[in-house]
Amino acid sequence: MAQLSCKKLAFSYDGETVLRGVNFSIEAGSYLCIVGENGSGKSTLMRGILGLKEPSEGSITFGDGLKQTEIGYLPQQTRIQRDFPASVYEVVMSGRLNSMGRRLFYNKEDRAAAEENMERLGIENLRDRCYMELSGGQQQRVLLARAMCATKKLLLLDEPVTGLDPKASNEMYNLIKLINLCDGTGVIMISHDIHEAVRYATHILHLGHEQLFFGTTAEYRQSDLARRFVGGGRA
Amino acid sequence: MSLVAEMLSYRFMVRAFAVGIPVSLCAALLGVSLVLKRYSMIGDGLSHVGFGALALAAALNLAPLSVAVPLVIAAAFLLLRISENGRIKGDAAIAMISGGSLAFGVILVSMTTGMNADVSNYMFGSILSLSSADTVLGAALSAAVLLLFILLYPRIFAVTFDESFAKATGTRAERYNSVIAVLTAVTVVLGMRMMGALLISSLIIFPALTAMRVCRSFRSVTVCAAVLSVLCFVIGLCASYAFELPAGAGIVAVNILAFALCSLAAYIKKH
Repeated sequence: MAQLSCKKLAFSYDGETVLRGVNFSIEAGSYLCIVGENGSGKSTLMRGILGLKEPSEGSITFGDGLKQTEIGYLPQQTRIQRDFPASVYEVVMSGRLNSMGRRLFYNKEDRAAAEENMERLGIENLRDRCYMELSGGQQQRVLLARAMCATKKLLLLDEPVTGLDPKASNEMYNLIKLINLCDGTGVIMISHDIHEAVRYATHILHLGHEQLFFGTTAEYRQSDLARRFVGGGRA
Repeated sequence: MSLVAEMLSYRFMVRAFAVGIPVSLCAALLGVSLVLKRYSMIGDGLSHVGFGALALAAALNLAPLSVAVPLVIAAAFLLLRISENGRIKGDAAIAMISGGSLAFGVILVSMTTGMNADVSNYMFGSILSLSSADTVLGAALSAAVLLLFILLYPRIFAVTFDESFAKATGTRAERYNSVIAVLTAVTVVLGMRMMGALLISSLIIFPALTAMRVCRSFRSVTVCAAVLSVLCFVIGLCASYAFELPAGAGIVAVNILAFALCSLAAYIKKH
């Protein structure tokens, strides 16, 4: 059974449809890149999957034991306040909120999960540093660690390398691929960079106010759409 | 020492401490969340609504708290709703509502009792206006806010830091926002009679801003703001007694001083 499937999905703001005809499903452990121009509905779709935006038509169903609240989300940097006084540990820890149920405080297990994810992303030495004093690459790792605390099954990443220098972007892409391969955690990523998208992803969803393409990366490379967007033979 | 003894021999001074300490504690805790969520002006807007409500209570000859508390809570919900998804941007909405209720209050006052000492008390506060009902409400409020902050601490952090993430992982962020709005409303109403409608919002924002100069984690900012707020209140009230200054203004002045000192300390540490 598919981990996530969207059927005839449409979204609208103030009665105006911004995205329609989204039909796709992904299996556990796949790596899906959502590409498309600015304003093509990528972020709206992501907000829909997270339950932050009601679809105006169609349905989103979760399978394979995945619940909507068990998705690890890495929002766009701009959505987070950069001047917020919080330690790295506090931020990573807040990813455990969805496994608390009715408990009021974090327990040993939560703390262990936070420590483990910080270690895996190489930020355990930043534990007590202030989030806002970190570099862009370090901040993204902190948010990725928080997302990993929230999920073992599916990560949703909204332009995770925006504003990072090439070296930090590369490290970020490699980390995400590593998590995807080692843990079998599914990845859905919004990306501006179509070259990187086809390099790492197993599936591509191309949006432009409607679904223009969905399929495997290999199929995408053969499509006219990819030729037009990727430009030339590189992809 | 004799000054302290003399001060505490007055019933209204004891009452001022008994209401003021819990109110400044609550204001600081709620302020951390409000300032970080960019809702600093909500306190200001609510205090102006409070002014209108007190004028209404006086005109109708009702108990001030019984009119002000429900009205200001309603206004808090309205402001929160507007800042979340209104067509008018949050800051403009607050400016509109606060100006409107100030005008409404002034019209009411001038139609009934006329512009007199009462108006000045509403605006700039008076420790003589506190009643024993305020003391009880103050104690209950501070217990509620403290309990809330301790029990819901992880959730309050998550909702304040990143509301989308908190919502996406199943935390009902609106619920926490509403709780904070209600408690802010009660804090404002309780505090404004002592501090004045024009000064109460500084009790909410200053401790948080001061703590953010020197602290680097959410926990330390929260604790530091609470301690600072109570400290500044006590020093300010004593100073205003000793130098015969209006209490509200004296307390705000001490808060400004603390902010300046902490900014200086942060600057020196950095360079």
